[in-house]
Amino acid sequence: MKESYNKSLTEKEVENLKNYKYGFSTDIEEVRAPKGLNEEVIKFISKIKKEPEWMLNFRLKAFERFKKLKEPNWQKPKYPKINYQDLYYYSAPKSMKDKPKDINDLDPKLLETYKKLGIPLQEQKRLNGIAVDAVFDSVSVATTFKEELTKKGIIFCSISEAIQKHPELVKKYLGTVIPLTDHFFATLNSAVFTDGSFVYIPEGIRCPMELSTYFRINASDTGQFERTLIIADKGSYVSYLEGCTAPMRDENQLHAANVELIALDDAEIKYSTVQNWYPGDENGKGGIYNFVTKRGLCKGNNSKISWTQVETGSAITWKYPSCILKGDNSIGEFYSIAITNNYQKADTGTKMIHLGKNTKSKIISKGISAGNSDMVYRGLVDVSSKAENAKNYTQCDSLLMGNKCGAHTVPYIKNKNSDSNIAHEATTSKISEEQLHYCQQRGLNSEEAVGLIVNGFCKEVLQQLPMEFAVEAQKLVGISLEGSVG
Amino acid sequence: MLKIKNLKANINKKLILDGFNLEIKPGEIHAIMGPNGSGKSTLSNILSGKKGYEISGQITFENQNLFDLEVEERAHKGIFLAFQYPLEIPGVNTNIFLKTSVNAIRKAKGETELDAIEFLKLVKKKANELKFDQEKLSRQLNVGFSGGEKKKNEILQMSILDPKLCILDETDSGLDIDALKIVANGVNALRKKNNAFLIITHYQRLLNYIKPDFVHVLMNGKLIKSGGPGLALELEKKGYENLN
Ligand SMILES: Nc1ncnc2c1ncn2[C@@H]1O[C@H](COP(=O)(O)OP(=O)(O)O)[C@@H](O)[C@H]1O
Ligand SMILES: [Mg+2]
Repeated sequence: MKESYNKSLTEKEVENLKNYKYGFSTDIEEVRAPKGLNEEVIKFISKIKKEPEWMLNFRLKAFERFKKLKEPNWQKPKYPKINYQDLYYYSAPKSMKDKPKDINDLDPKLLETYKKLGIPLQEQKRLNGIAVDAVFDSVSVATTFKEELTKKGIIFCSISEAIQKHPELVKKYLGTVIPLTDHFFATLNSAVFTDGSFVYIPEGIRCPMELSTYFRINASDTGQFERTLIIADKGSYVSYLEGCTAPMRDENQLHAANVELIALDDAEIKYSTVQNWYPGDENGKGGIYNFVTKRGLCKGNNSKISWTQVETGSAITWKYPSCILKGDNSIGEFYSIAITNNYQKADTGTKMIHLGKNTKSKIISKGISAGNSDMVYRGLVDVSSKAENAKNYTQCDSLLMGNKCGAHTVPYIKNKNSDSNIAHEATTSKISEEQLHYCQQRGLNSEEAVGLIVNGFCKEVLQQLPMEFAVEAQKLVGISLEGSVG
Repeated sequence: MLKIKNLKANINKKLILDGFNLEIKPGEIHAIMGPNGSGKSTLSNILSGKKGYEISGQITFENQNLFDLEVEERAHKGIFLAFQYPLEIPGVNTNIFLKTSVNAIRKAKGETELDAIEFLKLVKKKANELKFDQEKLSRQLNVGFSGGEKKKNEILQMSILDPKLCILDETDSGLDIDALKIVANGVNALRKKNNAFLIITHYQRLLNYIKPDFVHVLMNGKLIKSGGPGLALELEKKGYENLN
C-alpha cells in the first residue's frame, strides 16, 4: 500500500472537500495486481475473477491487438504522456476476495463509504425504486433488489458474475458493439477490464425500477476499466443510470470504461449518466481522465436508444456516446450537459450512424464553460446510402461565463442519401452581467443566480433524467460552477 | 429612510451625477423627472448596487451605509428596482424565478419559505389585481413578452415582494392608458406608512394617477428644482430648458 494512500487530510484538502464532497478516500486493505501491463497481469485478473478460458482468450486477443495500436492524439485537450507500465490494473478490497453473499456481511467500511456517498446498500435503507450495483475500484461489491428483479427474469449483476453464470449471453453480445479492434482505449479496456454491470431484460418485460451502477475509484495509482453490457430483448424497456465519484488526489487517474448497449426489435434503452469524477483542484492539479467508449446498437426494427449525460467532473472528459441505427425505424437520442470550470477540459459529443430505413436521431447538447476551461462539442451524423428517409436534428448550444474559457463546435456530417433530412442549429451565448444583476436585485446571490440561469439553459436535457436524479443533477450543475462568478 | 448626499458618479470617465442630494422619508412618494440622458437610470442603478460606476458621496438606507451592502443584500433589506428595460432570461420559467426570488428574500429575513401552494395562491391574487395573464407566468422570464407586459411583470414582482423602497424607472413608458391605470392602482395599493416610492418618469400623465408628495427635476447631474405636484404640470407646459 502506498504511503500517500493513508496520509491525513491537509488543510487545503479540507478546504477542497467543501466543494467536492465526494473527495474523501476509504482506508481499506486491498489486493492488487502486480504493477504494469503484460500478459501475466491479464492472466492474474482473469484468474482472480475465476473466468472461463474463452474470456481469458478474449482478453489476450485484445492485448495482442492493443500492442499494435497507437494512442490517439487528435482530440483538443492534450495531456501528459501516460506511462501504461506505471499503473495498477487491478485493485480490490481484500474482503472482496470471496464476495460475501449477503450485503450485511460486507466490510463495514465499504457500507460506510457508500452511505457517505448517498447510496445506502443495506436492505432497510435502500433507495426506493432503484436497484444499485456498487462498483468499488475493480470489483462490484453489491447489487441490490436482485431477488425482485429475478422474479421477472431480469438479470442485473456484475459483469464478472454474468461471465460465470450467463456465459451464453455474454459470449453472444460482448464485443459486438465495440469490437476488440476498435481503438486504443477501448481495446485496452477489452484486455484489462475488471468489473462493471450486466443487464439483460427478457422479451416483453418493462423493467419495473431504475437500474443504476455507482462507480467509485478509491485506490491511488490505478486505472479503472469497467465494462458494462446491457441487452434489451424484443419489446422490453429499461432505464439505467450510472453515477461516479472519486477521491481528490494530486495525480491524474485514468478511467477508460466500455459500455455496450443492444436493443432488439421494439426494445428501448434509456441510459443516463451523472458523471462527477474528481475534476482536479482550482489550479488544474489532479483529477480523473475520463476516456470512455459508449456505444449503443439499435439492432432490431423500431428499437430506441437514448443517452443522457450530465458531465460535471473529471480533469479531461473525452467521450462520444453513440448510436448505430441498424434496425429500420430505429431511433437514437443524445442529450448532453457538459460543464467545465477552472482548468477542466472536455471534448465530447456523439455519433449517430444511420444504417436502417426511416431511422431518426436527435442530438441536444448544452455546453457550459467557466473559468479557464475549454469545451469542444464534436458530433458525427453519418447517413449511409441505404438509410432511406433518415432524419437528424442537432441542436448545440454553448454558454460562456467570463472571458477566459473557450467553446468550440465541430459537427461532421456524412450524407450518402439524398432523401435524408439533416438539420443543425448552434448558438453561443454568455451569461451577461445584466442578467446576473437582475436576479440579484430580486434577492438571489450570484451563485443562485448562475444556478438558475444555467439550469434554465440546460432544462431540455435535465428533463430527460429520471425524476429521482433530476433534482440531484440540478444541484450538481450549480455546485460545479461555484466560484465562477464575481 | 433613504439619504443621498453629494453623490457623484462617473461611468467610463464620463461624469453623470454631479452633486446629487435627496432624502426620502417613510410614507413619501417622490417623482424625478429629467430629460433623456440626464442620469435617471444611473441613479436607480447605483441605488440597486449595479457595478461599473465610479462613485463618491454618501448614501444611507435606514441609517446603514448602502455601499456596504451587496446587490442582493439591498434587495433583502427592501430595496426594489423596477427596471427601465427588464431583462430576458431564456429557459427560466417566470413562476420559478418569482418563487426563488420571494423565498430568497423571506429566507434572508428569517421568515419561513413559501411552499408551492402558498406561492401560487399569492401570485394568483396579485396577478388578478394587476390583470396580468397568469398563463404568461409559465413562460420563460420576459422572453416574448411585449414591452408593456415586461413592465407589468416588474410591478407584479414588486407587489409580491412588498418592498420598503420601490424605485420605478420609467415604468410608464410604453404603457397604454389602461395599463398605466392598472400599474398606478398597483402602486397605490402597495402604499403604506412605512414604505416609500421613487418614481422616475418622463410624463406628467402618470402623476395624475399616483399623487407624488414631491417632484424633482434632474438636469446636468443634479436636482435643479424641487416642488409639489404642480411642478410636473409646469414642466409639461414649459419644457426643461425654460424651467428656471
Ligand atoms: N456604460 C456607459 N458608458 C458610457 N456612458 C454611459 C453608459 N451608460 C450610460 N451612459 C451615459 O450616461 C448618461 C446617463 O444615462 P442614463 O442614466 O441612462 O440616463 P436617463 O435614464 O436619464 O435617460 C447618458 O448620457 C448615457 O449615454
Ligand atoms: Mg433611463
